[in-house]
Amino acid sequence: MPWTRDQLAQRAAKELRDGFYVNLGIGIPTLVANYIPQGMEVTLQSENGMLGMGPFPYDDEVDADLINAGKQTITALKKTSYFSSSDSFAMIRGGHIDLSILGAMEVTDRGDLANWMVPGKMVKGMGGAMDLVAGVKRVVVVMEHTSKEGASKLLKQCTLPLTGVNVVDLVITDLGVFEIDKHDSQPMKLLQLADDVTLEEITAKTEASFVNALR
Amino acid sequence: MLRRTAPLRKRALMANKVYPDAKSALEGFTFDGMTVMSGGFGLCGIPENLIIALRDTGVKDVTVISNNAGVDGWGLGLLLETKQIKKMVSSYVGENKEFARQYLSGELELEFNPQGTLAERCRAGGAGIAGFYTKTGVGTLVAEGKETKVFNGETFVLETGLIADLSIVKAWKGDKEGNLIFRKTARNFNPMMATAGKKCVAEVEILVETGELDPDAIHTPGIYVDRIVEGTFEKRIEQRTITKRENA
Repeated sequence: MPWTRDQLAQRAAKELRDGFYVNLGIGIPTLVANYIPQGMEVTLQSENGMLGMGPFPYDDEVDADLINAGKQTITALKKTSYFSSSDSFAMIRGGHIDLSILGAMEVTDRGDLANWMVPGKMVKGMGGAMDLVAGVKRVVVVMEHTSKEGASKLLKQCTLPLTGVNVVDLVITDLGVFEIDKHDSQPMKLLQLADDVTLEEITAKTEASFVNALR
Repeated sequence: MLRRTAPLRKRALMANKVYPDAKSALEGFTFDGMTVMSGGFGLCGIPENLIIALRDTGVKDVTVISNNAGVDGWGLGLLLETKQIKKMVSSYVGENKEFARQYLSGELELEFNPQGTLAERCRAGGAGIAGFYTKTGVGTLVAEGKETKVFNGETFVLETGLIADLSIVKAWKGDKEGNLIFRKTARNFNPMMATAGKKCVAEVEILVETGELDPDAIHTPGIYVDRIVEGTFEKRIEQRTITKRENA
């Protein structure tokens, strides 16, 4: 069985470390906050200008001036600080954030990432994604392994406009986990298979070239 | 040196920055083809009343620099409906169907900027910095046609500072000198945009007498603000996400 959305988030949460400052993208990455291990101190950054993001508010606590980057109402914590967008991205670009977990449409074996635009179809924009992948120390992508039509989203070359070049460190899909070691001539390494997924299946569904590093 | 007590006569000569409403606060500051910076992230911290007043001036062919484009029927979405916007400079516009329609049909120009690059371009513009090198967007569409330079073995792309004819911003509290304090995540792009407009009009929820704000707590010093107006706000919420209270 491929991993579900929650299992993907759970697997991504294993990349968290005590004391980390982390930025979570919209969608499945947001769910990672639900799986921060007990006793581990992780500070969530929201690029619209907040460090120390708390859970969703109770109905009578909702504050229109307090939202996350997904425009969802949230709460503050004791440690929270607020700042401007330029300060927020100074933090991101300047390499002060330890980990960024975000979604993707396509990833290559060299860690190129596309996740902001489908020409002629989808006009949304990159938001903070290009800054995050350029500046954050470690970039983890959580994505579906294949399209609805069954085509691999792990490619030799992205077909969509890029968000960043050589930026991804780890890819977690519903079928397995790949590390991307940018300094290796064979950068993409298969680390883990999802439950009941075979090496044959993941190989057949992956266009990108990878080496088997299953333990 | 300034004398400890400035003569009253001199105080009376100082420009009055306080305007009774958003409409009067924009008078003489708008013209067709102008560039406007508008603060806010999503619908959070947007200058609601000044956007409506800008629409009501009937100004045309406006280039709007704003992280987002509002939603259908609110915020900058109001100016899209009336087709007063010629071009948007934004990082994310996914919340607006009318925007997507106008853009895909070629009626509206769009320049996507990465969010951090947009914020820094505004900061730079207001601070007299003509351009800066960033690693954001290197090797992507946003770096196409732009100068790049290698620093310590890493490639950076040259981005330019932005200046607008007018910036409209929203703060929580302000005083009659134009000093501003923002609240929570409603700060976002407002402070940088306040510095990067040739003229800046601020709207606030609470306008107080000069001297009532703690000078150490002021986010935007009054020098950047030409006019200030107190308003009432709807503060619409895009995604009302809540935690259910468990029954005790």
